[in-house]
Amino acid sequence: MKRGKKKGLFATSYLTLVMIVLYVPIILTVIYSFNANKSGTVWSGFSLKWYEELAGDRSLKEALINSLVLALGSCFFAILIATSAALGMRNRVSKLDKVMSYMSSLPIMIPEIILGMVFLGVFSFMNIPFGMVTLMISHTAFCIPYIFTMVQARLEGMERNLEEAALDLGAKPWEVFRDVTLPAIMPAIGSGALLSFAMSFDDVVISIFVTGARTNTLAVKIYTKLKTGVTPEINALATVILLITIIMVVLSEMIKERTKTKEGDSI
Amino acid sequence: MAGAGRRKSNNWALVAPLYLFTILFVGLPLIYMVYLSFMSRAKVWGFTNDFTLQNYLQILEPIYMSTFGTSLKLAVLTTAIVTLIGYPFGYFMARLGAKAKRLMMIGIMIPFWTSSLVRLNGWIIVFRSNGVLDKLLMWIGLTDEPLKLLYSYPAVVFGMVYALCPFMMLSVYSSAEKLDWRLLEAASDLGAGRARAFFDIAFPLTMPGLMSGIVLTFIPSMGLFFVADILGGSKVVLIGNVIQEQMTKGRNLPFAAALSVVLMLMTSCMLGLYRKICGNWKGLD
Repeated sequence: MKRGKKKGLFATSYLTLVMIVLYVPIILTVIYSFNANKSGTVWSGFSLKWYEELAGDRSLKEALINSLVLALGSCFFAILIATSAALGMRNRVSKLDKVMSYMSSLPIMIPEIILGMVFLGVFSFMNIPFGMVTLMISHTAFCIPYIFTMVQARLEGMERNLEEAALDLGAKPWEVFRDVTLPAIMPAIGSGALLSFAMSFDDVVISIFVTGARTNTLAVKIYTKLKTGVTPEINALATVILLITIIMVVLSEMIKERTKTKEGDSI
Repeated sequence: MAGAGRRKSNNWALVAPLYLFTILFVGLPLIYMVYLSFMSRAKVWGFTNDFTLQNYLQILEPIYMSTFGTSLKLAVLTTAIVTLIGYPFGYFMARLGAKAKRLMMIGIMIPFWTSSLVRLNGWIIVFRSNGVLDKLLMWIGLTDEPLKLLYSYPAVVFGMVYALCPFMMLSVYSSAEKLDWRLLEAASDLGAGRARAFFDIAFPLTMPGLMSGIVLTFIPSMGLFFVADILGGSKVVLIGNVIQEQMTKGRNLPFAAALSVVLMLMTSCMLGLYRKICGNWKGLD
């Protein structure tokens, strides 16, 4: 008994310690974003001036809009392609299907830098001008696997009884899809979409290669700024991004919780 | 969806977009990369269609071989440290109560989803000369002057470990969560020591999580060049940095392609090894 307690104490302190380290950079970023001092190494009072500067920076705003459009767009295309494929492969999984789903998962399995270089090579070969289109294609490529695997897993766990019953009762296939299948796979689509949104919003490596001279994403912009050292403005920007992230995590947890209670109800 | 025949034709329409997209934007590009790696470099930009092995021979030059060595060493070191930190974390986390688990989950998800750039920015604040860590150490009295921590090898290792640790924590956690803890209790009831019970029961059963954690750490760590770029200054040169440099400054597309092919072969070997080990493990079960 006593030994068990001791172990519990050790485990708890270990978990807490790691958690604290996990949050050190995040908390410091938030604190320093309110620092009045420009050099950033000394604290000299609370200030909101970096946020004001942020709001006034037009190129940053442009980059933010680009990033949002890109993340939403690639999410949208990835949802369409991945969900319909997962549905299509539901009844029969041919060898070709297996090969194709393996191939489609490659973008998250091979190192990002290779993907970036591959895209750069092939887009210049296809003569597609670099910019939003190339960004969208490459981001869609690495968003598909996240959504595809999640929807596929959900479909596998789903029983067909309900859909078959609806069909037997005279519902049209389209109605069955809309009223039975879609609601059931919605949580998987949702969490897959959130994850791919986060990945797209965060992506630097691939974007650097396929972004044109004129289109900048927020992540690429921060990366180029970080290479020259931290500025207080970046701290403020990072805090804003952090806020977006927290909202998304909470959203995804809510989705998970809702599915759990729903499943609990049906049992 | 009444007849099987109709179902099949429906399926084709459903999977067609994925097929098309994957062939066009994943399959072809990869083939194109392999093709490029055998082409000759043009004088200014691009390449000429002359078959050559020059790009692969160039990789054998000591300077590139040592870069591969550095990358591999860093990846192995990172993976080892991540395992040491992440495995106990995932394992302990799985033993918590339901509520604590959920809290921890959210606690990990936030830094995990936060842009890696945001986190790197935070570590620069910590590591830079006269930064938070320097001040802390001087305040305690361990050091008298600022250490030059930023732009060093340890800083890069630290940044990589930090960025990749959540993968290990989460995959160990997900397999430890399925563990039947009664087995461990039974073992200790039967007189097995704690260590024995852990190594005979819990460790083998969490092996799949550990293995996928290792893969999820090792593969990105071969390609994460921007951590080295930002936290290491230009002191730590990894294979990713060389590929990027060859693409942008060197304008040597074929050579960058050859480097990528080699890097990809290395990571595929890792994946293959992983599959084999896991296959064996499953076979034993």
